Amino acid sequence: MTYDLKLRIWRGDAKGGALEDFTVPVDDGEVVLDAVHHVQAMRAGDLSVRWNCKAGKCGSCSAEINGRPRLMCMSRLSDFPQDEPITITPMRTFPVIKDLVTDVSFNYVKAAQVPPFTATAEQPKAPFRMAQVDVERSQEFRKCIECFLCQDTCHVVRDHEENKQAFAGPRFFLRYAELDMHPNDALDRKKLAQEERGLGLCNITKCCTEVCPEHIKITDNAIIPMKERVVDVKYDPIRFLRRKPKATV
Amino acid sequence: MATEVETHAYDVIVIGAGGAGLRAAIAAHDAGAKTAVICKSLLGKAHTVMAEGGIAAAMGNLWPEDNWQVHFRDTMRGGKLLNHWRMAELHAKEAPERVWELEQWGALFDRTPEGLISQRDFGGHRYARLAHVGDRTGLEMIRTLQQRAVALGIDVFMECTVTALLKDGDRMAGAFGYWRESGRFVCFEAPAVVLATGGIGKSWKVTSNSWEYTGDGHALAMKAGAGLVNMEFVQFHPTGMVWPPSVRGILVTESVRGDGGVLKNSDGERFMFNYIPEFFKAETADTVEEADRWYDDKKNNRRPPELLPRDEVARAINSEIKAGRGSPHGGVFLDIASRRSAEYIQKRLPSMYHQFKELAQVDITKDAMEIGPTCHYVMGGVEVDPDSGESKVTGLYAAGEVAGGMHGANRLGGNSLGDLLVFGKRAGEYAANYAATLSGSRPAVSTDDLETAATEALAPFSTEGGENPYTVHQELQTVMQNLVGIIRNEEELNTAIKEIDSLRRRIDHLSVEGHRQYNPGWNLAIDLKNMLLVSEAVAKAALERKESRGGHTRDDYPMTDYGYWGKRNLICELAENGEVRTREQALPEPPPELAELLEEH
Repeated sequence: MTYDLKLRIWRGDAKGGALEDFTVPVDDGEVVLDAVHHVQAMRAGDLSVRWNCKAGKCGSCSAEINGRPRLMCMSRLSDFPQDEPITITPMRTFPVIKDLVTDVSFNYVKAAQVPPFTATAEQPKAPFRMAQVDVERSQEFRKCIECFLCQDTCHVVRDHEENKQAFAGPRFFLRYAELDMHPNDALDRKKLAQEERGLGLCNITKCCTEVCPEHIKITDNAIIPMKERVVDVKYDPIRFLRRKPKATV
Repeated sequence: MATEVETHAYDVIVIGAGGAGLRAAIAAHDAGAKTAVICKSLLGKAHTVMAEGGIAAAMGNLWPEDNWQVHFRDTMRGGKLLNHWRMAELHAKEAPERVWELEQWGALFDRTPEGLISQRDFGGHRYARLAHVGDRTGLEMIRTLQQRAVALGIDVFMECTVTALLKDGDRMAGAFGYWRESGRFVCFEAPAVVLATGGIGKSWKVTSNSWEYTGDGHALAMKAGAGLVNMEFVQFHPTGMVWPPSVRGILVTESVRGDGGVLKNSDGERFMFNYIPEFFKAETADTVEEADRWYDDKKNNRRPPELLPRDEVARAINSEIKAGRGSPHGGVFLDIASRRSAEYIQKRLPSMYHQFKELAQVDITKDAMEIGPTCHYVMGGVEVDPDSGESKVTGLYAAGEVAGGMHGANRLGGNSLGDLLVFGKRAGEYAANYAATLSGSRPAVSTDDLETAATEALAPFSTEGGENPYTVHQELQTVMQNLVGIIRNEEELNTAIKEIDSLRRRIDHLSVEGHRQYNPGWNLAIDLKNMLLVSEAVAKAALERKESRGGHTRDDYPMTDYGYWGKRNLICELAENGEVRTREQALPEPPPELAELLEEH
């Protein structure tokens, strides 16, 4: 069914901006990203927005819809009342470039700090032998589509620019956890995450898990186990004595 | 030029950061070249991320009978024997090494009970052959390559679009483009350029392809003097979503059929049994019982007809819909719910489950999906030397979807990810080696060429009251969808060529709003030129090839012509007047020991 939808879209750049009202014809089988594309095609050809796959697989079209961090391509119009405007603003944690496009280079800086997968001495060369049950935990984390909504919503950095330097953020704790749980990775990821990437700053409010479009249990399955094992390894005197020296990063 | 252009110098630049581009960049870097990757989107968002099913590689982890010879045969037969035999051979031989390499870099594939990489069934492959991670193999592949490239410190120019290749005489000298973020121009001086720009699907209305797929590399190559081969062959994937309208065209992985899903019409009939072509009769089951036994016993049973190559399945679905036996929203039914347990479906196809649940409110463990053909892949691309990936132009390489030859008239599922890895690596290596031979005699970029490229890119800003690029784009999509789709004929192709010509004249008068900073309207105006040039090539090649084969079906020439057209390729080149012209060229013949493998058994 077709109807006229009111949209309030933030427009502007690093210098400032404001919400702008648009009305476009939409179909109730469409998603918010379709509505934004209608605005581009009919009302404002220079409206900036990132998108690629339009199927929730690439993580490009992240924004805040009525204040909530979401993927525009996975937000169905039928989930919103037809007679109320939908407000779309750029992700708040990252500096605005233009309109709905933000500078997400923070994430690429954090990605470059992750020491790559390093095979163990036992199985140095692929093909590796690894059981399905052992790769599954890391596989959950590798579902991440890098939409950066978890980074956007994380209150450690959302309104605290000063924490960005020391804090890798949920997306990258996921990455450290993934490598840590990789059955054939040789490096000590826990210590690194705790001591140099700000894992300790996370106080497990689970905001990241709530916004994850892939439904990855970031807090429960990645962050908390990393924290627990950091605690185990750091404070358990018996394990401390038995611990074999492991390569540090 | 009035202002200085930001300039960077490299040995090798790679345009595109999907699987082929990243693999090429890693190879060029490893060969000692100073290397950069340039991509239109952010790193990690390229279309490879959408690939679902897996990487075809004859590792033999589940079926020890599998080997490169069988994979070669499957690839050639799937391509209706129009593949460049040498590419199919290299691909079949080298794919396993490329998969293990991903594992070495941290990829986590699904495992067999013995702890090896698991392999799944796919259309046209005799044995379960696709290394996979659930149904998100492309994501795993691009993340692994991305992380490897980052670890190696390869320079990446993100959200940067190349609009022109620059030459010095007959040799490549570099590339010109703009930063999307600022709209500012940038020049890359590099003697070796690897095109890895992917496909052309954004010229069709119903497509699985993203906005990036505007045929940039195809067009850049033609303008630089290279030829395109096999452009008439466009793959319509049999299973795209058809409803709701927002998701029309989005891919539904072939793994649904590989894992036991079947196609049904509105009468509930498994109609694929009525569409088994002569060419595949000997290897396809003709009863439901035999087809169902095949999943567990491949030695004594033949493959279900749902797993025929994609062109056969897409045409069959098209016929059922036309005959009035379609689903409510104009597709047919893809049913796995009644054939596999909910647990199995969620484990094997998690992303399909998620996609249908969230976008169509359909639970695929309970109900059948509605699906129909969607424009998915172009078999055609830059004509390259099979071993090196080099085009006719010295220093210009191509790999992945933008290169032609490997897949012939039809690509088998799972062969594209292998293609990206095998030929990405080769192109990167050969490009680096070529650059290393140059030392003192490097080609130079000319200021005149830079000025021309800048003027051309800015043209849409100087036209007042011209047309909206979005409107012209939609019209092109309608032309290609209606006139250059799955089923073609002479009259419609002639009309398409005329329409494309008139659209080309209209894009000289496009107007865009706003300024250069992150302006999608302006960006589209530039991409549209590439789309039109490539659409012209597809339509003209399709008009020329008077037979039906693979991803090219003519209802006025319904038979496959093994005598004449089976021995010829069509090459598209740019003529002096700016139009595309086609010419016939003999298809390279495989040596006898490989030709022998192509016999039926």
